[in-house]
Amino acid sequence: MNAEVAVIKTAAETALAQTFAQVRDRLPGDDAIAARRDAAFELFAKQGLPHRRVEEWKYTDLRALMHDAKPLASPPDATAKARAKDAGRMLGDLDARRLVFVDGVFVADLSDLRDLEPGLSVGSLARALANGDPVLTARLGKLAPANDVAVALNTALMGDGAVIHIAAGATIERPLHLLFVASERPTATFTRSLVTIDHGARAMLIESHEGPSGGDNQVNAALELFAGDAAHVDHVKVIGEGAGALHVSTLAAAIGAHGRFNTFSFINGGAVVRNQLFLRLDGEGTVAGIRGASLLRNHQHADTTLVADHIARDCQSREVFKSVLDDEAHGVFQGRIIVRRHAQKTDAKMMTQALLLSERAEADNKPELEIFADDVQCGHGATAGALDDELRFYLMARGIPPAEAEAMLIQAFLGEAIEGIEHAGLREALIESVAGWLKARG
Amino acid sequence: MALLEVKDLHVEIDGREILKGLDLEVKAGEVHAIMGPNGSGKSTLAYVLAGKEEYRPTVGEVRFDGRNLFEMEPDERAAAGLFLAFQYPLEIPGVATMTFLRTALNAQRKKRGQAELSTPDFLKKVRETAGKLGIDQEMLRRAVNVGFSGGEKKRNEILQMALLEPRLAVLDETDSGLDIDALKIVADGVNRLRAPERSFVVITHYQRLLNYIVPDVVHVLSRGRIVKTGGKELALELEARGYAEYQEEVPA
Repeated sequence: MNAEVAVIKTAAETALAQTFAQVRDRLPGDDAIAARRDAAFELFAKQGLPHRRVEEWKYTDLRALMHDAKPLASPPDATAKARAKDAGRMLGDLDARRLVFVDGVFVADLSDLRDLEPGLSVGSLARALANGDPVLTARLGKLAPANDVAVALNTALMGDGAVIHIAAGATIERPLHLLFVASERPTATFTRSLVTIDHGARAMLIESHEGPSGGDNQVNAALELFAGDAAHVDHVKVIGEGAGALHVSTLAAAIGAHGRFNTFSFINGGAVVRNQLFLRLDGEGTVAGIRGASLLRNHQHADTTLVADHIARDCQSREVFKSVLDDEAHGVFQGRIIVRRHAQKTDAKMMTQALLLSERAEADNKPELEIFADDVQCGHGATAGALDDELRFYLMARGIPPAEAEAMLIQAFLGEAIEGIEHAGLREALIESVAGWLKARG
Repeated sequence: MALLEVKDLHVEIDGREILKGLDLEVKAGEVHAIMGPNGSGKSTLAYVLAGKEEYRPTVGEVRFDGRNLFEMEPDERAAAGLFLAFQYPLEIPGVATMTFLRTALNAQRKKRGQAELSTPDFLKKVRETAGKLGIDQEMLRRAVNVGFSGGEKKRNEILQMALLEPRLAVLDETDSGLDIDALKIVADGVNRLRAPERSFVVITHYQRLLNYIVPDVVHVLSRGRIVKTGGKELALELEARGYAEYQEEVPA
């Protein structure tokens, strides 16, 4: 990294500092938490918003892309809640237990808290912080990298989020759906969630982020996920905010031995999106599927940055990320696979593909392998290209109109990633969403 | 009126003239064979008729059922009843064969103002037709042509033709790469579709296929022009004597 440079603070940086000063004393948590907030903010204040000379943010110059900092959202009023009721359209038909957050605040009366399955407990971060829950205090921040500026800002300003615990051996059949909805107020939210899935438990966790179609709200969401040995966890994140939104979110997960872990990121909203995945395979014999699909148009910018850290031996990971870029959209994928010295027999394969529907669209791709073990199978591949004219002609020669032919080919392109989702209902919801996107393309 | 009328067709690809004044007239119900040596322009003719992007005419005219073919997009030509069986059928990973067949069939029906086929009717039709062509159900479950052998791909083309029931089918070297059993299956598929209102243009290098699909008219294509036209016996003549006599430069 470069030597510290004295930077002139941007409007956004100044506003964030003002916000922190204003709300610091009102944010939930005891003195220990307050000290962590201070330390995190200090880190941000020193580094400022990340810019293109910071390697991890090379393609997403947040300093340039974040023109201002919106005021922190106040708790949702009746109007905001009423609007949020209509949200969740995209996954509306899915049978899931919904936990609803409006403008970053947990709303119990919009959430489904009845008949919790044995072994499942859910709660709000704000309350857990206010109660000084010792387990929470011990675990919070264990996984999310403290030196990441987005995480630091989240730690400094986190207001609410979900706290979920699934006891050893429990199987939670209904997916848990964390629905984060922005109301029509142009505000900033900082949510932090903590999910613990104990030994042998099984669950599916969906995070979806939505907002009004033209919304220009700012979202910073972080989720820390602890999965014990032999746990089976499926995680899906849907980033579908309005056309003006700035979305930065982080998943930080640690997976135990002999587990199964799947995560899928679906991005089709927001003006600027940074989707961070920090995944650690801590125990041997775990199989992980790390996938994603992005559909971007106009001037949308979406960056998926992944670090998959193989710490223990005999783990397998498959990384498949696909993006479809139209107009002047900009897709970024940075994927780093680390294989530690003891992670022998690691089998990791990363593939990333961009489909460019316009000559002005841009795809950046930065795969990295850092291998310290000597008996591993690791590989990565990347492609970027336009739709295949020969295939298009073949479909048209069978009577399929050009728009429909292109839609079929785009769906086929994304299929490889989306078919990795085990839950049929969710898979169909995403396929439906892709179809909707294609239809709007005309 | 002929179903297909090609008049003085000239086509250039990458600045090189491939078709140099081709004339062809195919009436409803007729089967025409177009034979010729490699490089004579056979596949170019097939692609021009189907509407492949870079295969544009410089001079000449093609009318299909009275309509100017060059004013129609490839999908419009297909919906109007023109079908090309590709010499090299493409693999489309991620697109299920059944989805492909159904989308194609319904797109054409829609354009013709017909109702879409119901799922049971569609399935029944596909299964029956596939069965006759020796295409098993397992193949239909795969992505279009992915993992198909050369012969399976050709049979899949014939399956599409049988389902789409075109008015004019152009078969571009459908016999290439087929063993005798597959050839018989393909020929049988074509013969079953022969009808007074349906025409075929069978493009081939060898006479072999024409033992099974007996043509009404045989044309010899050489250097971008039809240089001889005759009955089915012309194919046998070509088989015996080769194309050598047709490859001399024809005086302009």
